[in-house]
Amino acid sequence: MALIDLARPLRARPVRPPESGMARRRSLWMRLRIDPWLMAMLLVLMLAGLAVLYSASGQRLEMVIAQVTRFGIALVTMVLLAQLSLTTLLRWTPLLYGAALAMLVAVEVIGDMGMGAQRWLVIPGVIRFQPSELMKLTMPMMVAAYLSRRELPPKWTDLLVCALIMALPVMLIARQPDLGTSLLVTCAAIFVVLLAGLSWRFILFLGATAGAALPLLWLNMHNYQRQRVLTFLNPESDPLGAGWNIIQSTTAIGSGGLLGKGWLQGTQSQLEFLPERHTDFIVAVLGEEFGLIGMIVVLTLYLMIVSRGLWLANAAQDSFGRLLAGSIILTFFIYVFVNVGMVSGILPVVGVPLPLVSYGGTSSVTLLAGFGILMSIHAHRRLLPR
Amino acid sequence: MRDRRQVLKNTRQEVRIFRVRSLLAILIVVSLTAMMMGRLAYLQVTQHEVYITRSEKNRVRVEPLPPNRGLIYDRNGELLAENRPTYNLMMVRERVEDLDATLTLLVELLDLPEEGVEAFRERSRQRQRPFQPALLISDLNEDQIAQLAINRHLLPGVEVEAQLLRYYPDAEVMAHALGYVGRINAEELQTLDTGNYAGTHFIGKTGVERFYENELHGQAGLRKVETNARGRVLRELGRTDPVPGQNLTLTIDAGLQRLAYELLDGRRGSIVAIEPATGEILAMVSAPGFDSNRFVTGIDVASYRALQEDIDLPLFNRAIRGQYPPGSTIKPFLAIAGLSEGMITPERTIHDPGFFQLPNDTRRYRNWLRWGHGRVDMERSIAVSNNTYYYTLAHEMGIDRLHNQMSQFGFGQRVGYDVFGESGALMPSRDWKRARFNQPWYPGETISVGIGQGYWQITPLQLATATAVLANRGQWAKPRLAKSVGDRSLPTELPDTPQNIELTNEQWWDRVFSGAEKVLTGHEGTARRTGVGLQYRMGGKSGTAQVFSLGQDQKYNAEELAERLRDHALFMAFAPLENPQIAVSVIVENAGGGSTHAAHLARAMTDAWLLGDEELDVDELREAMEEDNGSVAGN
Repeated sequence: MALIDLARPLRARPVRPPESGMARRRSLWMRLRIDPWLMAMLLVLMLAGLAVLYSASGQRLEMVIAQVTRFGIALVTMVLLAQLSLTTLLRWTPLLYGAALAMLVAVEVIGDMGMGAQRWLVIPGVIRFQPSELMKLTMPMMVAAYLSRRELPPKWTDLLVCALIMALPVMLIARQPDLGTSLLVTCAAIFVVLLAGLSWRFILFLGATAGAALPLLWLNMHNYQRQRVLTFLNPESDPLGAGWNIIQSTTAIGSGGLLGKGWLQGTQSQLEFLPERHTDFIVAVLGEEFGLIGMIVVLTLYLMIVSRGLWLANAAQDSFGRLLAGSIILTFFIYVFVNVGMVSGILPVVGVPLPLVSYGGTSSVTLLAGFGILMSIHAHRRLLPR
Repeated sequence: MRDRRQVLKNTRQEVRIFRVRSLLAILIVVSLTAMMMGRLAYLQVTQHEVYITRSEKNRVRVEPLPPNRGLIYDRNGELLAENRPTYNLMMVRERVEDLDATLTLLVELLDLPEEGVEAFRERSRQRQRPFQPALLISDLNEDQIAQLAINRHLLPGVEVEAQLLRYYPDAEVMAHALGYVGRINAEELQTLDTGNYAGTHFIGKTGVERFYENELHGQAGLRKVETNARGRVLRELGRTDPVPGQNLTLTIDAGLQRLAYELLDGRRGSIVAIEPATGEILAMVSAPGFDSNRFVTGIDVASYRALQEDIDLPLFNRAIRGQYPPGSTIKPFLAIAGLSEGMITPERTIHDPGFFQLPNDTRRYRNWLRWGHGRVDMERSIAVSNNTYYYTLAHEMGIDRLHNQMSQFGFGQRVGYDVFGESGALMPSRDWKRARFNQPWYPGETISVGIGQGYWQITPLQLATATAVLANRGQWAKPRLAKSVGDRSLPTELPDTPQNIELTNEQWWDRVFSGAEKVLTGHEGTARRTGVGLQYRMGGKSGTAQVFSLGQDQKYNAEELAERLRDHALFMAFAPLENPQIAVSVIVENAGGGSTHAAHLARAMTDAWLLGDEELDVDELREAMEEDNGSVAGN
C-alpha cells in the first residue's frame, strides 16, 4: 500500500497526453532519463567552472578545451549510465565491486608511481586508470546492495558485513597513499549506512570510537600527512613549505573582498603565488576574483544541486536506489565541503578537488557518472518490480 | 523470495527512516554551507584589509637600483679608476634543490682552485634574506660563463649577474694615492645608509675612494616590480632612476706619478710632489705598490697574507704614514725659524771646529765633517749641511720656540685636506715628552732635534708640504688630491689651513733659497753632482735619517751593516726659485746618504715637471747615480 501511495503522483506523469510542446520536451528528457533541473544546474556549474579555470590556468585556452572535452566524455558517461536499469545495476554491483577491489590489489602489486604515490594502473598505450576512482561509486553501490536485501534498520551483524566491505578497499587506497580518496570512499559507505537507519546509539558509539582511534590514526599516517595536519594547525610555522599553500590561499580569498578583484584580475592567482591553483586550490581563484558574492552564488548552486539530489533520492522506490542516490549526493557535498574548508583554512589540506570546477578528468567522470546513476534511479523508479 | 518479502514488509519504515535521515542530512548540509559562507565572510569582509595588504606585499617588491660609481681622472683627464662590466655568480638558496650537489657541480664546472672551494662553500651557507640572490663568486671568466650557460638547466637557483666592477688600469702605481674599493663588510653595514647602499656591493676602503665615498657613490634609485611567487619579475610598476656618482678629477699627474714610481725602482720609499701655489698634489707614490684590483673582488687569504707579511710592506702607505727622522732636510726651515725668532741673520757666522758642546757638558755633538767647516754663515750652513751651526741655533732657540716654528710648517700635524689615513708623525715638545714619557725635556735633546734627529718624525707628505710653504715664501696652501668633484672645483681656500709665515725681512727668503740652491750648484754643495746641467734655478736639501743611533764616536760603516739598517736617504727640493711650480720630497729607505740617491730622484721629478720631460730615461739616470755612489759624504 505504501509503495502505491508513494508512486501515484509520480506515475501520473507519463500518463499525461503528450500534446503540448512542453510535454513533448519533457518526454524527450524522460526518454533520455535525464532530470532537467539537475542537468541545468550541473551545466551552469560547469560553465562557471570553465570561466574560473580559464583564469586559474593563466588564460591557457588549451587547458579549458581539454576540460571541455573531459566534460563531454563525462556527460556521455552520465547519459549512458542513466539508461542502465536499476536491476541491471544491482545485478552488476558485486561484480563491479570485485573488479575494483582486484584492481586496487593490482595497483598495490604492479601499480605505477605518479607523484610519489602509487595510484595508477597502466595498460601501456591504452589507458592510465585509477581504480580508487571506480571504488568511489562501487563502494556505496555494494553497501547499498547489501543493505537493500536486509531488514532495515540494519542489525549489528549487517554493520559488521558493511565494515568488512569497506575495510579492504579503504585500507588499500589509504596505502597508496591517497588520504582524500580513502576519506571520500569511507564517507560514501558510511552515508549509506546512516541513511539506512543506523541507530543513534551506534552513531554515538562510532563517534566515540573514531575519537579514540585518532591517536592510532596519527601513528599510522605518513609523515607528509602528519605534516599537513600540523601545518593546518599552525600554517605560519612553515611559511615557505607546506604552510605556503594555506597562507597563500587564505590571502587570495581574503584579498578578494566582497566583490572580488574581477575576472582574470586576481594578483595572487595570476602571479603564481597560489599553488595548484587550477586543481585543488581553484576555489581561491574564485574567491579572489569574484569575491564573497561569487562564492555565495557558487555555494548556493552546490546547495541546490544537493537538495535536488536528495529530493530525487527520496522519490526512489526501493532501498537500493534510495540509499545509493542519497550516498552519491552527500558524498558530492563532502567534496565541496572538504575542498572549500581546506582552501579557506578550516580543514587540513587533503587532496580533494572542487567538483566540476577543478581541472581534472577522472573526478569529473566519476562525479557525473554518479549523477548518471542518480538519474537512472529516478528515471527507473516506476519500472521497478512491485 | 525471502528477501523480496522482507523488503516489502519494511518498506514503510525504511521510507520513513530515509525521510528523517535525509531531512537531517539537508539540515547538516545547509549548516555546513552556512559555516563555509561564514568563514568566507570572515576572510573576505572582516579580515579583508589584512589580506589585501598581505597580497600587495606579496606581489610588489621594491628593488634597489645601485648607482654607477663616479670615475676618477688625473689632472689631464686620464682615467685612473673606471667601471668594467663583469659577471658574478649569484645564488638564491631557496630555489636550490640540492645545495651540496649544486656546489659540487659548480666547483667542477668553474674549475675552482682547491683553496677557494671551502670559502666558496662557506659563503653559500651564509644566511641571507630569503629569496635574495647572494654573491658566490665575482668576476667570472669567459670559460666559466660559458660552462654555466651550457649547464644552466642543472643549476636551478644559480644565476649569472652582470655588474660594474671597479678597475684601476695603473693599479700598482696608483694604489696608495687612489686607494681602492672593496666589498662592504659587516662593520660598514652598521653605519651605512642601508637604503642608499641597498644594491651596492662595494665601498671605498682607502684613499680618495674612501674620502670622496659620498660623492663617488651617488644616490641609489629603486623600482617597484610585480613578481610572481618564484620571485621572477613580471613587470615594473614604477621607478626612480639612480643618480650616478660624481666623477672625480684629481690633482695627480699620472705621468709624473708613473715616473716617480719608476724612479723608486722597487726600492722602499716615497716621493711626493706638490704644486706650491695651490697645494695640488702632483704625485704621491709609496713603493712598492700592489695590485689594488685584487682587493676589489676580494683577495684570497693566502695572497693577502703574503702581501701583509712581505718584508717590504707593500700595503703600507709610506707617503702619508711612513715616519722618518727628517735629518738635515729641515735645516732650511730651521734657518727660517732662526731668522723669524731673531736668533740669526743671514750674515751671522758660527765657528765650527767639527763639533758642538753644551756649556758645562763634555759631550760632543759632531759635525758630519770631523774636522769642521770653520766659519759658517747661514747660506753655507745649508749648502754644506753644517751640523754645528744648527746645534747652536737649536740650543739658542730652545725646544719650545723650535716646536712652535716648525709646527707652522705643518710638522707634527696632518697637513692634507682630502688625504685619508694620514699620520701626523711627531714634532716633539716639552709637553709631548711629559705626556709620553712623564719626563722633563733635556737640553741635549734639543740639540739632536736641531739636525732632524731625536724624536722628530716626519711623513714624506709633511716634508713636501713644508717645502711647498717654504717655496711659497711662507704662503700656505693645504695639500689636496681632488681638483674637482663633478662640476664643482675644490675651493683654493681650504678649511683649517694654517697661518702664513711672515718674516720681518722678505729678502731673507731669498737668502734661504740661495743656500738651498748652493746645495745643488755650490762648489761644496752636498748635492752638487745632482745639480750639474740644471736648466732652471732649483733649491734643495739633502738629508740622512739614521735608522739606529750610533754610539758616541762610533764610526759609521755602511758595508758592515745589513742593508736594512742603512740610513734612509732624504731630499727635498723646489723649483724654479723665482716662481716655484713644484715642491718635492723624496725618501728612499736604507739608501744611504740623501745627496747620493734621493737628490737624483728629486731632480728627475723637477726636470720632468718643468721641462715636460716625463718620459725621462730612467736607466741613464741610474747609471749616473751609480757613479755617484759614495762620492759625496752624505748628509
